[in-house]
Amino acid sequence: MTLREVVEALDLRVLVGRDLLGKTVAGGYASDVLSDVLTHSGKGYVWVTVQIHPNVSAVAMAKDLAAIIITNGRSPEAETLRKAEQKKIPVLVSPWSTYKVAGKLYELGIE
Amino acid sequence: MKERIEQLPRAKKAQQLSYRIMIGEAMNKKVLTLTAGHTMMDVRTVLRDHRISGVPIVESGRLLGIVSIEDLINCLRSGAMEKAVKDVMTTEVVTLFADEPLSHAIHKFGKHGFGRFPVLDRATGKVAGIITKKDIIRCLLKSLQSLYHAKESRRKPPLKTCSLVTDFPSDGTTLTLKYAVKGGDFRKAGEKSDLLKESLLRLGYSDDEIRRLIIAVLEAEMNLVVFTGQGEIRAQIEPRRISVKVTDDGPGIPDIELAMRPGYSTAPDFVRELGFGAGMGLPNIKSSTDEMRIESSPGRGTNLEFSVVLG
Repeated sequence: MTLREVVEALDLRVLVGRDLLGKTVAGGYASDVLSDVLTHSGKGYVWVTVQIHPNVSAVAMAKDLAAIIITNGRSPEAETLRKAEQKKIPVLVSPWSTYKVAGKLYELGIE
Repeated sequence: MKERIEQLPRAKKAQQLSYRIMIGEAMNKKVLTLTAGHTMMDVRTVLRDHRISGVPIVESGRLLGIVSIEDLINCLRSGAMEKAVKDVMTTEVVTLFADEPLSHAIHKFGKHGFGRFPVLDRATGKVAGIITKKDIIRCLLKSLQSLYHAKESRRKPPLKTCSLVTDFPSDGTTLTLKYAVKGGDFRKAGEKSDLLKESLLRLGYSDDEIRRLIIAVLEAEMNLVVFTGQGEIRAQIEPRRISVKVTDDGPGIPDIELAMRPGYSTAPDFVRELGFGAGMGLPNIKSSTDEMRIESSPGRGTNLEFSVVLG
């Protein structure tokens, strides 16, 4: 499944990476603890979180994640977006909670 | 005149973009629709409440027609507001497909002078969205913006990729990269591990080869930021092995065994709220690397060493 299909199915707002939506989504992970994401996510995963500080981009970069999905409609800090832009990591926003976003992703077949 | 010359390349860029971006990306997917049985009174309510100038008439996803504000005005004038939508609507609707480039939409706006076009999904023939000039402008501006940002970040000229093995022939080559990390600067945590990653990629290592190492370095960097005043990361790069030494002037670890236990943490609450300090750093470094050693005593800082064998 491509990121574009995920964006469309969940009606996500694309803050960074409109031109990167062709990426394939290999899996998903939901957590707000950075070390936890470093341990348990994988290459090409979408990461669902409420964290908005720049380290989010650093973690996504280190793990080569497909995208960051920020929940509860929170607005990422400018520096987070700048880093993500620079490293070509899509940043998507949903007004829904982490629980609901993760549930919808699972429904789409992303595990 | 000067202004015009400067703006020209940007305008051209927007034109190029309009060939690349698909209508599906620019359109509004939340379409307000009515069915054939609705009356012109309903049309009035929808147009007024949502400040729009036309509404597609749809029955189980299929487009039957469209009613515009002009149709509404005509009915108002002739007192025909009770009329069913199906007797008023235009049935020969000009539509677009979601997988057509934006340039087609722009062309059709110029040709027909309508305010909006329903957008259909080519596979199902059903209504997928609606597009107005405003949607097109918004989408183009956004894309231009991200293009501009991408250009900014590309400005740094890429270093030529080289290899420790072929470009520095010797009986044993080691490249040392040293990074100073300042404690307390949460905003910057992750910056040095990223610099190291970039350098390793330039040395010809693949993302997959160095991922474990970079995770360990990022964890170590975050530890320096959270717990110490300053520290240093020193990466020794040999062709098939990378060893990292992390030293700091921090408070030291009184009980290393306890610190190695997953979940054990001394991080203050505000740090945890940022998603750090969950007591997973050191265990994570251990599991990501092939070898790890840690020495520490209270008041004398911590020395952490780990290494990863590649391939």
